[in-house]
Amino acid sequence: MVNTETLAVREQFESAAQQKEASTLGMWIFLVTEIMFFGGLFTAYTVYRSFFADVFAAASNTLSATIGGVNTAVLICSSFTMALAVRASQLGQRRALVWLLIATMFFGSIFLGVKAYEWNEKFEEHHVPGPSFHLEGERNQGQAQLFFSLYFAMTGLHAAHMVVGLALLAVMAYRAQVGRFGPDYYTPIDVTGLYWHFVDIIWIFLFPLLYLIGRHHTA
Amino acid sequence: MIGHVESKKNYTLIFLALIVLTAVTSVVSYVDMGPFNTVVALVIAVIKMLLVALFFMHVRYSSRLTKLVVVGGLAWLALLLFLSMSDFVSRNWLSPGH
Repeated sequence: MVNTETLAVREQFESAAQQKEASTLGMWIFLVTEIMFFGGLFTAYTVYRSFFADVFAAASNTLSATIGGVNTAVLICSSFTMALAVRASQLGQRRALVWLLIATMFFGSIFLGVKAYEWNEKFEEHHVPGPSFHLEGERNQGQAQLFFSLYFAMTGLHAAHMVVGLALLAVMAYRAQVGRFGPDYYTPIDVTGLYWHFVDIIWIFLFPLLYLIGRHHTA
Repeated sequence: MIGHVESKKNYTLIFLALIVLTAVTSVVSYVDMGPFNTVVALVIAVIKMLLVALFFMHVRYSSRLTKLVVVGGLAWLALLLFLSMSDFVSRNWLSPGH
């Protein structure tokens, strides 16, 4: 059963295509504000890394590139299933849509689980900025704390976006299951997909900038 | 039906390209190329971003208005980075004793 109410073109729009275009554009404008939101952190990172390049490289090397890389792959898997979910909604494949949304949530949850494991490790190793912070063999403890402050701020903000994304996906999976979407109306799935892929793109930059900047010093 | 439907094959190819690029950026980071390590890492990240945006996010098939908004957002980010860095990099150029 398709809920006809959601299919209706509201009166301010001329066509369903125009209505969808307005939603997509609105989401993109929101994502642009998100680019600037994360952009402030990326700028802070660029400034301090240019000041304290050696300490940042050494601090970065204490992160596990293997775990970070695998987690990047997990997130790319979730983006892949999300893209296929949007496709399934375009083609009106309800069962496939529901399962692909669940698969996306599955990969997203794995990512967050791994992230939680990594953060816990930081607490155990005293790599969390604060009174008990200590990075072995580093004379500039303050500069090292700056790296980990940025690490927690950036990965934390990213993880917060993932949590929001998972909540959105859960709502979408439910609404897909009860048959709210079809080839003529899949805008919420499409827009949720845009958000999810955006969060993936943020991580695509965070991974090399946080995990890989000092690797060539150890080789 | 509204909008362009991409083939499963294309999505799979993009997915595989993203995985391969993740592996490449990880491996290449262990090779000492001096300042070019950062350049290579960022170029690969930008390629991955373009693949996700153009195909997964359908920018390739979006209206010109949407494309303008996307490019505009990235342009503002570039402005933020460029002007901030031009300040920080040039701060001690005029300090006395130089």
